[in-house]
Amino acid sequence: MNILYFLIGCSVLLALIFLMAFFWAMKNGQNDDTYTPGVRILFDDDIPENPKK
Amino acid sequence: MNTQDEPKVLTLCYHCGNDCDTEQYHYEDKNFCCVGCQSVYKILSENQLCNYYAYNDTPGKTQNETASHYDYLDEPKIAASLLDYSDDSISIITLYIPAIHCSSCLWLLEHLYKINNSIVNSRIDFLKKQVVVTFKNKEMSLRELIIMLSSIGYEPLISLQDVVKEQNKVSDRDLIKKIAVAGFCFGNVMLLSFPEYFGLATFEEQFKSFFGWLNLIFALPVVIYSGRDYFISAWKNLRNKVLNLDFPLALGIAIMFIRSVYEIVSGTGAGFVDTLCGLVFFLLIGKWVQQRTYHHLSFERDYRSYFPVAVTLIEEAGEKPIPMDELKVGDRILIRNNEVIPADTILMKGDAVIDFSFVTGESAPVQKVLGEVVYAGGRQINQAIELEVIKPVSQSYLTSLWNNEAFENKKKKIDTFSDTVSRYFSVVLLIIAFGSAGYWMFFDTARAWQSFTAVLIIACPCALALSSPFTLSAVLSIFDKNKFYLKNTAVVEQLARINTLVFDKTGTITAPEGFRISFEGDLSYEDQCLISSVARNSGHPLSRELVKWIKISEYFPVSEYQEIPGKGIQGMVRNKLVKIGSASFLNIQSVNKDTGTVYIQIGDHYAGYFSFRQKWRNGLKELFAKLGNKLNMHLLSGDQDSEKEFLIPSFPWVENMHFRQSPQDKLDYIQNLQKDNKKVMMLGDGLNDAGALKQSDLGIAVTDNINNFSPGCDAILDGAGFEKLPQFIHQAKDAVKVIHMSFGISLTYNVVGLYFAVQGLLSPLFAAILMPLSTVTIISFTSIATHLYARKNKLI
Repeated sequence: MNILYFLIGCSVLLALIFLMAFFWAMKNGQNDDTYTPGVRILFDDDIPENPKK
Repeated sequence: MNTQDEPKVLTLCYHCGNDCDTEQYHYEDKNFCCVGCQSVYKILSENQLCNYYAYNDTPGKTQNETASHYDYLDEPKIAASLLDYSDDSISIITLYIPAIHCSSCLWLLEHLYKINNSIVNSRIDFLKKQVVVTFKNKEMSLRELIIMLSSIGYEPLISLQDVVKEQNKVSDRDLIKKIAVAGFCFGNVMLLSFPEYFGLATFEEQFKSFFGWLNLIFALPVVIYSGRDYFISAWKNLRNKVLNLDFPLALGIAIMFIRSVYEIVSGTGAGFVDTLCGLVFFLLIGKWVQQRTYHHLSFERDYRSYFPVAVTLIEEAGEKPIPMDELKVGDRILIRNNEVIPADTILMKGDAVIDFSFVTGESAPVQKVLGEVVYAGGRQINQAIELEVIKPVSQSYLTSLWNNEAFENKKKKIDTFSDTVSRYFSVVLLIIAFGSAGYWMFFDTARAWQSFTAVLIIACPCALALSSPFTLSAVLSIFDKNKFYLKNTAVVEQLARINTLVFDKTGTITAPEGFRISFEGDLSYEDQCLISSVARNSGHPLSRELVKWIKISEYFPVSEYQEIPGKGIQGMVRNKLVKIGSASFLNIQSVNKDTGTVYIQIGDHYAGYFSFRQKWRNGLKELFAKLGNKLNMHLLSGDQDSEKEFLIPSFPWVENMHFRQSPQDKLDYIQNLQKDNKKVMMLGDGLNDAGALKQSDLGIAVTDNINNFSPGCDAILDGAGFEKLPQFIHQAKDAVKVIHMSFGISLTYNVVGLYFAVQGLLSPLFAAILMPLSTVTIISFTSIATHLYARKNKLI
């Protein structure tokens, strides 16, 4: 059962990595604007000249 | 206005969707309502940016003719203060553009490089209505950038109070980090605590202390980092001899931690680490929910956001823009049409017709003669004038209002229900804790310590602390859907206590558009045609209203058309000189002192006058009747009392109606009401109400375009939601009821827990179940109850 020590260590480490990833994302400002990217992705690269009615 | 019999084909402007009153503007077989819209379309079509019109129908905004001068942006010092970053080749600037409102705006502003390839990149933050532009400063100056943005209808707002920088300072990153840490630890601790709850087999006992120690390690960041604010706040409040809810919370956290350390180190138990982490986690979530930020609104604006950043100085060498803070007494400045006068000055040259409506509430422009003092805050609506500064910007009549003591203690302390309760709660809690400890002292010393800590742990008012934030934030989001934006959650409770209402007149209870027009005199059909023909040449709002009111599609060519700003218009139609304008323009005696009077002269014959009165908001009478049932009603206006007789039918409280009130008068009036122990809510719109809004217990700025300037206040109400005011007050009262009920529920949980705690029988498992259970009950109860009440009040 000593393997448990190792596994728990692994799980904590993994969780820590996720926590760090979250901090990194925060610091990069990924959560600062949660609205605009959702709209931006809907734009086509090029729409034919005549606008749809 | 009622519609006439003859059918009228509505032509909508392709750019902004407004009615085209005059069909003079065509381009590529599209109709436009004005030159502005047409020219924007031209620019966009020349740059293959017509996709702008594909994402939304009529995405543009009407182009108001604002003659803004941006020469000051060429001053290196001013430009440098606006730029975020600048080096040899590129500059970055963040601009606040109030016109941003739809996905087309987003698309266009992110494709600016197509219009001018000196723009490297532009990024929008839609909710904040900001755009970050990176441009090559060698090829394009800041001034050119701003002019380009204005030319496509996206004029940035550049004012003395830097809205952009102040807004970006506000950040809840710190709190989110704390929540993340607490959540992380909570999850792991739960995992490690489960074996203990389900019971460990004998061969697993070796893990017990390992799990315990690991739990303790996880508890450390929760207590020291995430829960830090509770200790700080509790300590600060204790020093000020105030007991708030943070005190029992901090005590609970501390005791839980100490007892867990003791139990785990001594190997006598599993401790309460999971309860501890869960508690901090939920509390922080509650705090986060409470902090609602409206990115596009600012509640802290003052006169500075109404003022420009620079002013044109007249020197011997010529005109030169200087930053506002360099303006000195004795300087001579040039104010062009539509510019704001930044300081108290003396008129030196030119025809001053100044619109003080925003400062004094008086709707009529004021004419000034040479040598007269012109106070800051007015907007020149005639040609350019020259003024000499007699007082620095910070000491003008207008800004002196901000130096009033109402603005000194910036934070109005709103006494919330939970503050009141927590005072008693903490005392009762300590009595029970010491009481049970004292009792057990006589029988079982070990149990005394156990029951003492157990009481403090179980009574830790987690659910209590959560009921207010969750209820109030639910109310906030309901209000928000009805276009009523509150500064923070405490305002809801304040709203529930209001017993006196004070209204401003102009802009608050009057509608932004439309007039009640009436004509005194006789007009034949032909006369109407003549008037309409002349008036449709003018862009003046009154002329436009007149054309709309006359509703005649037939019109004649006009020659020798002249528009004299501030006076009137004239033109030759069918060999008759038609004059439309003020009494002095027509050289006649004015009939009354009313401002909205337009006199008509056709040929040599005086035909009569139109009177324009501002329209009241929809349902004003019903609104007053509803509110007047329960609340004290007052009306303060900076205007003349010419509207009094029109108001009395809907506002019968004549003794509470006051006209010609200066900003200071309004403030004093509110102060006097408050001296009679009244809870006053003020509704106003302009700078002239700023003092009163600040002084009142609850200041609401009413605005018809939330992007426009609104003075500092506790809440911003969109004109569209004005009718719902009684419902808002009702909902606030219901919200307080919900808080009371949920306090009741959480107290019940506490009492049940205490029953076991005083006996010293508190197992970690019991605490670990009770705490989250009570939390979940409270969260779901408050949000369901609040929404049910909102439905009852017809707010959702």
